[in-house]
Amino acid sequence: MSHPSEAKKFVKNENRVNWHDQSLWHVREKRDKAVNLFPEWEQLREKASQIKSHSLSNLDYYLEEFEKNATANGIKVHWASDAIEHNEIVFNIFREHGVRRIVKSKSMLTEECHLNPFLEKHGVEVIDSDLGERIVQLAKETPSHIVMPAIHKKKIEIDELFQKHLHTRPSNGDENYLTAAAREHLRQKFMKADAALTGVNFGIAETGEFVVCTNEGNADMGVHLTPLHIASMGIEKIIPRYEDLGVFIRLLARSATGQHVTTYTSQFRKPREGAELHIILVDNGRTVQLGREKYRRSLHCIRCGACMNTCPVYRRSGGHSYQSVVPGPIGSILSPGIDMKKHASLPFASSLCGSCSDVCPVKIDIHKQLYSWRQDITREANEEPAKKFSMRFAGWLFTHPNLYKKAGKFGRKALKILPRWMIYNSLNAWGKQREIPEPPKQSFQEWYQQNRQKNG
Amino acid sequence: MANSGYERYSTKTMELFVNNFSEYDYVVAPSGSCVYHIRKHYDILKQTPEVQKIREKTLDICEFLVNHATTDALKSSFPYKVGLHQSCHGQRGLRFAKSSEVVGEPFSIVSQLLEKVEGIELIDLQRADECCGFGGTFAVAEEAVSVKMGKDRIQDHILNGAQVITGTDMSCLMHMEGIIRRRKLPLRIMHISEILNHTEQHEPSV
Repeated sequence: MSHPSEAKKFVKNENRVNWHDQSLWHVREKRDKAVNLFPEWEQLREKASQIKSHSLSNLDYYLEEFEKNATANGIKVHWASDAIEHNEIVFNIFREHGVRRIVKSKSMLTEECHLNPFLEKHGVEVIDSDLGERIVQLAKETPSHIVMPAIHKKKIEIDELFQKHLHTRPSNGDENYLTAAAREHLRQKFMKADAALTGVNFGIAETGEFVVCTNEGNADMGVHLTPLHIASMGIEKIIPRYEDLGVFIRLLARSATGQHVTTYTSQFRKPREGAELHIILVDNGRTVQLGREKYRRSLHCIRCGACMNTCPVYRRSGGHSYQSVVPGPIGSILSPGIDMKKHASLPFASSLCGSCSDVCPVKIDIHKQLYSWRQDITREANEEPAKKFSMRFAGWLFTHPNLYKKAGKFGRKALKILPRWMIYNSLNAWGKQREIPEPPKQSFQEWYQQNRQKNG
Repeated sequence: MANSGYERYSTKTMELFVNNFSEYDYVVAPSGSCVYHIRKHYDILKQTPEVQKIREKTLDICEFLVNHATTDALKSSFPYKVGLHQSCHGQRGLRFAKSSEVVGEPFSIVSQLLEKVEGIELIDLQRADECCGFGGTFAVAEEAVSVKMGKDRIQDHILNGAQVITGTDMSCLMHMEGIIRRRKLPLRIMHISEILNHTEQHEPSV
């Protein structure tokens, strides 16, 4: 299972690829409009990048400051070194409170920890309350995008899914009807929930509070209706001061969807009266990545998804082809850090066009890290003998000019006289849908010797 | 080799390149991606004065013409509708033009050169700087996605009335030309130096 084979399946349905490409490009265009209204955009990116570098270099300090201030605010702070520990902390709190049903709001971190299957195994009903996530949950799929989890689904497919699970009538993909049905369904779940679980966009060390950004208000709905709120936060989400928040809030929504700000930007500082508020600070591989100097900047990521929307490969291969919780360019530099062998094909699923790095609001040098991972993976994880041989051979041939000249001459001749089937066959991936260049009569060197050097 | 993850097998080739070219004032290449490689990836060699000089003095032909030659002397004419393919390594790698993701004043040294050509009509594209999908061994390893990207890139040019696609990078052009010839599409591929070198004496078969 590798990116090329999964992508190939997706590309087969060309109409669907065009539709997927257009949907995401539309978001990219909205993003462009929004950021171009902002003359100081590039300075803001630089500032955000510097704040992130500073926070990551002093991560221990800011995390402890956060813990101190959050505890003083009445928030219960927990630490989880990995996914298993995270899930156990969540379940233990639920057990103490006799929680049977929960509503969850947008957290890629709980996806990363595979929390849903864990809780379901222990008899807890988990409802993803973000509409897109609820759709993929009903379809028994994973999100294909970190901001728009169901971007790969057409309205008519959602219609069918709702008919099956929510007993709606066929509406030919009428979005007003479907949204109303989803709202009705989710409100019932909110009313019955015993606890709410959310992700965290930013944790502020100075004030011991955290921020959750949503467009549907679903986080607030869950949190306000239940007496127990657990928030899961990746430790890299910490920012030092309250005043830094404005920088990221301005960058996040514009980069993600082209909105000036998310519809709901909720700040949680202390538990409601009579309610409990917990936060779990999760490492799960982040400190290891922090220790890899070349890849440290990948932890700047604020999960806006802009690199996915702009990536010409992502748009044409779909999020599921990456087979990783975070797909697209940023996933391709994060995932090998977690499991290099499993995700060995991801850093190669890019033409290195660099659009991801230019669009990134926190200036992660994504395409350079992709290049770097390629060097590490061929050395440590992914020895493809044929590729290794051909690369070694090329390296050898290029350093033997006379042989190289002869090979070129031979090649030009061969291409001219060989029958077509010998050139275009299953061994030649280039030639499946493309012609190879017409061989020139002579090489540049030969031409130069004939025409210029004698005049020289 | 390097973009495929085998940078380590390319050091001898790099050294040979340095030996062959270190005596020249400038090394000019018809390819932004080659220039990018020399400037950005020769950092794995020992930084001798020769290596440092090569990294500084290797230029793409457009850079050379705009920054180091008197381009007013170009007496070229090319009365056709031309679509410019901004190759990624030149565009975002060497900053030949402002990329569409970045906020700021637009500029493009490549368009600047083409605008000096008499009679040329540069067309606008829906997606001015999207990758064509070549990407070195990506074109083979990710054949399906690569070709789809190429087809879409060409389609943008066709829909906007281009007769010729030009660009600074041989490899992008080779990839798109391969698709155009296979699908017998009604447009031609020319490297920018062919257009800059073009006068009315020799007509292309457009």
